[in-house]
Amino acid sequence: MSDVMMTPKQIIAARVAKEMKDGDVVNLGIGLPTLVPDYLPKDVNVILQSENGYIGLGPANDEIDMDLVNAGGQPAGIIPGGAFFDSFFSFSLIRGGHVDVTVLGGLEVDAKGNLANWMVPGKMVPGMGGAMDLVTGAKKVIVAMEHCSKKGTPKILEECTLPLTGKGVVDLIVTELAVFSVTEEGLVLEDLQEGVDLETVREKTAASFKVKEFIGC
Amino acid sequence: MNKIIPKEEVSTIFKDGMTIMAGGFMGVGTPQELVSAVLESNAKDITLIASDTAVVDKGVGPLIVNKRVKKVIASHIGTNPETGRQMIEGELDVELVPQGTFTERVRAGGAGLGGVLTPTGIGTVVEEGKEKITIDGREFLLEKPLHAEVAILKARKADKAGNLVYNRSARNFNPIMALAADLVIAQVDEVVEIGEINPDEVMTPGILVDKILVTGGN
Repeated sequence: MSDVMMTPKQIIAARVAKEMKDGDVVNLGIGLPTLVPDYLPKDVNVILQSENGYIGLGPANDEIDMDLVNAGGQPAGIIPGGAFFDSFFSFSLIRGGHVDVTVLGGLEVDAKGNLANWMVPGKMVPGMGGAMDLVTGAKKVIVAMEHCSKKGTPKILEECTLPLTGKGVVDLIVTELAVFSVTEEGLVLEDLQEGVDLETVREKTAASFKVKEFIGC
Repeated sequence: MNKIIPKEEVSTIFKDGMTIMAGGFMGVGTPQELVSAVLESNAKDITLIASDTAVVDKGVGPLIVNKRVKKVIASHIGTNPETGRQMIEGELDVELVPQGTFTERVRAGGAGLGGVLTPTGIGTVVEEGKEKITIDGREFLLEKPLHAEVAILKARKADKAGNLVYNRSARNFNPIMALAADLVIAQVDEVVEIGEINPDEVMTPGILVDKILVTGGN
């Protein structure tokens, strides 16, 4: 797969896919995260959980079933071996630590692993849906987002300014420029996307971070 | 006891100021005929407990659009712009609840619990005004039960005893809501004789279901 012609969203999804292990139970947020399965290596099979009540989420068949939708309410499918359950059980899976990885979008993430992605006061109050439970309960929380906002302002900050979805919950941040882990000492630059230099990342990141030794040389 | 009732009778059940719980996620698994019956009843000032307010013309969305609701307790309202508009205009009181906390509050309401302790929402605006309890060094929020006067549910099939079988992802919130209301009405696609549903396949036992509205089939 060549990086040429890939959009920022595709670059991010492809990098997130590398974090998945064979057999992981994964919950993908709406939008960008749903691109991740397209980039999974052939020997990595993950089991997708849909918080509206099943495991084994797959693409919709030609025959649309109005009673089978994904967490965005869009027509979906279920793979052989999947299982349906009610919302109480679904969120017991999520909150109870039975989901290995969740991938969500972000409006802001900060150096303490705080995530804001559910509201902009005075502008957008859609509700948190299942996001707060996902970031609280999933074993690994990956934020997959473009490095800067549409206006070009950094989304990775020293401290979030928007209302939080979760406090200290983020494990990994993947953007089209870089990959950061969140540690007790703050952010660590784990990886640079192909063709990106360290200076660019420094310019576009409003939080201080450590750099893993082998990067940027 | 005959649990099957005609639609005309259903609309006489709903009254002004009632608390109504509705199954469904984005309108999938919402009993659309029962939502219509609420509209036909002219009941207003309803407190609505539902996962989301769906879209303007589906799920519980029409109850919002037709201004029958004074308060909604939900996890997501973003797909129905009318909910946000009424909230901003001060016409509608909206309580946003994380979806997993919502399920637990409904469950608590139906299971005789005084509340549940959840880590979800710690460090966010969700914790405002709530009691925090530390257990083994970890903080939890005390979330209180939700209970309704009427629950309206959607199932694929019922037998005449009210045993329910749901279809695919339309199950969602329906089973827990069957426990959490004084009166439970299920809209079903078909009804079969008692004994025709294998007890192993019953998803909600009939003792919880008071009334059945049959649509489609016979």
